[in-house]
Amino acid sequence: MRGVLRLLAKPFTETAGLARWMLVAGVAITVIFLVLALFAPWIAPYGFAQSSADGVRFPKAGAPSGDHLLGTDRLFFDVFSRVIWGARTAIEVVVLSILICVAVGVPLGLVSGYYGGWMDRILVMIMDALFAFPSFLLAIVFSFLFTDIIGGSVLAVALSLSVIYIPQYFRVVRNTTVSAKEATYVEAARAIGASDGVIMRRYLFGNVVQSVPVLGTLNAADAILTLAGLGFLGLGIQSTDAAEWGHDLNRALADAGSGIWWTGLFPGLAIVLLVTGLTLVGEGLNETVNPTLRRRRLLPVVMSARQETTMTEGGN
Amino acid sequence: MTRSGSLPRYILQRVLLVIPMIWVILTLVFVVLRVAPGDPVSAALGGKLSDEALDQRRAALGFNEPLIEQYWDYLSAVARLDFGTTFSDNQPVLQVVRDNGGATLSLTLAAFLLALVLGIPLGLVAGRFRDTIPDVVIRMFGILTYAAPVFFVGFLLQAYAAKPLGLPTSGASSPITAFTVEPVTHILLVDAFLSGDGAAIEDVLKHLVLPALTLGLLVCGVFIRLVRVNILQTMQSDYVEAAEARGIARGKVTRRHAFRNALVPVITVIGLQFALLLGGAVLTESTFNWPGLGNKLVDYINDRDYGAVQGIITVFAVAVVLISLLVDIVNALIDPRVRY
Repeated sequence: MRGVLRLLAKPFTETAGLARWMLVAGVAITVIFLVLALFAPWIAPYGFAQSSADGVRFPKAGAPSGDHLLGTDRLFFDVFSRVIWGARTAIEVVVLSILICVAVGVPLGLVSGYYGGWMDRILVMIMDALFAFPSFLLAIVFSFLFTDIIGGSVLAVALSLSVIYIPQYFRVVRNTTVSAKEATYVEAARAIGASDGVIMRRYLFGNVVQSVPVLGTLNAADAILTLAGLGFLGLGIQSTDAAEWGHDLNRALADAGSGIWWTGLFPGLAIVLLVTGLTLVGEGLNETVNPTLRRRRLLPVVMSARQETTMTEGGN
Repeated sequence: MTRSGSLPRYILQRVLLVIPMIWVILTLVFVVLRVAPGDPVSAALGGKLSDEALDQRRAALGFNEPLIEQYWDYLSAVARLDFGTTFSDNQPVLQVVRDNGGATLSLTLAAFLLALVLGIPLGLVAGRFRDTIPDVVIRMFGILTYAAPVFFVGFLLQAYAAKPLGLPTSGASSPITAFTVEPVTHILLVDAFLSGDGAAIEDVLKHLVLPALTLGLLVCGVFIRLVRVNILQTMQSDYVEAAEARGIARGKVTRRHAFRNALVPVITVIGLQFALLLGGAVLTESTFNWPGLGNKLVDYINDRDYGAVQGIITVFAVAVVLISLLVDIVNALIDPRVRY
């Protein structure tokens, strides 16, 4: 337990000054959004697709007021509620897609790196091709496919996001496995008769998953943007199924010229804040993990006063 | 160590590597668009044509042949630079690319130039004055430009900047310009210059400002981060220390020694940014109703037009691979360490 706590505290204790401040800010922002997502039904005053309360219809594109803190949009929806429900959608999609990425990318990379051979070559080639292709276009194509198969749901979007991030997990895990499988402890395990499955699960797994959390945080920021982008193009989740910031911004675009600023400003700010928070966390982690960027606090070195006698004696 | 003779060999190797790369991407595109349920022809045209006509179209497009044969036809067609036809409006994809690619090209190039002009100096300043107020401000700016989706930046510009500045927010030109300018290169900006019509040039440039700024800010953030980190690493290197030890003034060391070397990796990353630029272009075009290829792609997707989607994605794929090849070759010409 203490070991886990120390591991979690490591990024904070190993950074100083500005870097630590940025990391703390990032964690704070991320936690706020997690709370919004978890408790959305209690925090949001209305439902995400609710256009009336107590039999009274909400105003159409009404300005922010006491009843509707951030106003209402052209579909009579309450903007404040949709921003909060949007946090839930975003977190749901991102968590789901990272889980899929880890569930597919890690074992695939482990097996591919461990056994090598032609299967490894083909997988590397496919993953490299996926990685080289513009990720947003890839997400567009796959969401086109998945929404055709399973409809425009959270799962369909999460799957299309996974496709663009799996190559990164595969690559990291595979390359670590390739170098780790030559290590002495693996050889020792093999010598005592451990099977391939046991070596991969018990010996290699723990060593190759260490870079996954950093990758996950950095991808989460990117995933939020991709999700919003798909929603903006109308390829993601429909606005009556769930609140999605990107989709709301698309509808708000028509308002931009007519002085209705509240329908677009708030979902947009929500995206910017959450992505900034996740990026700060990712960068903070990266600065502690990547030694070329790290700048530790310098401890002043106090030299004891020189003494004439020791100088002359030590000189010889 | 490096003989000059190894450059052609490096280029040859790199060119040969492109072929399997393109093949894998094409295969992926083919597989992805064929595993979709239902058949593509009725997805795009169902309800618009009679059943017989649909059958005829299906046969004409080769959908009744075995998959392996369709796959072969697709690959050999791409090798002949034939990217197929769209189903919904029956146009050759190459023509769609010609008509809309120019707008995408001028948008991405303008955005890219803007990003370089803004991003590199800001990155240099941030890196040089690490952990000072300018560094914090510039870094936050860099993170914000990355964190703000292009369509949100576009929304803000449309809501707050367009009216005071008198800039248009939709399309690449006013209808009158599009009508009067003769399409020669199919790149509106170039055509406007060729026509020599001052009003047309001004109109096209005015339409370009907000979209280019929106897309440029996205890439600018990447340059800031990259240049900053490179400067930090260069400033710690031995030769910078050696220069300082020789008593050269700090400012001169930074300018003459650190900056130049810190900018070399930027060239490599420029190639990688092309992918980001293309993705961002789709969203920017959609935000500003820009008549580019990305906007067209979204239209075809909403029409469920598999032929067009497959063709346009294939063109994008080939373009991306070729550009990364070009960047690698330029890199090898500049930096001998690349061509081992």
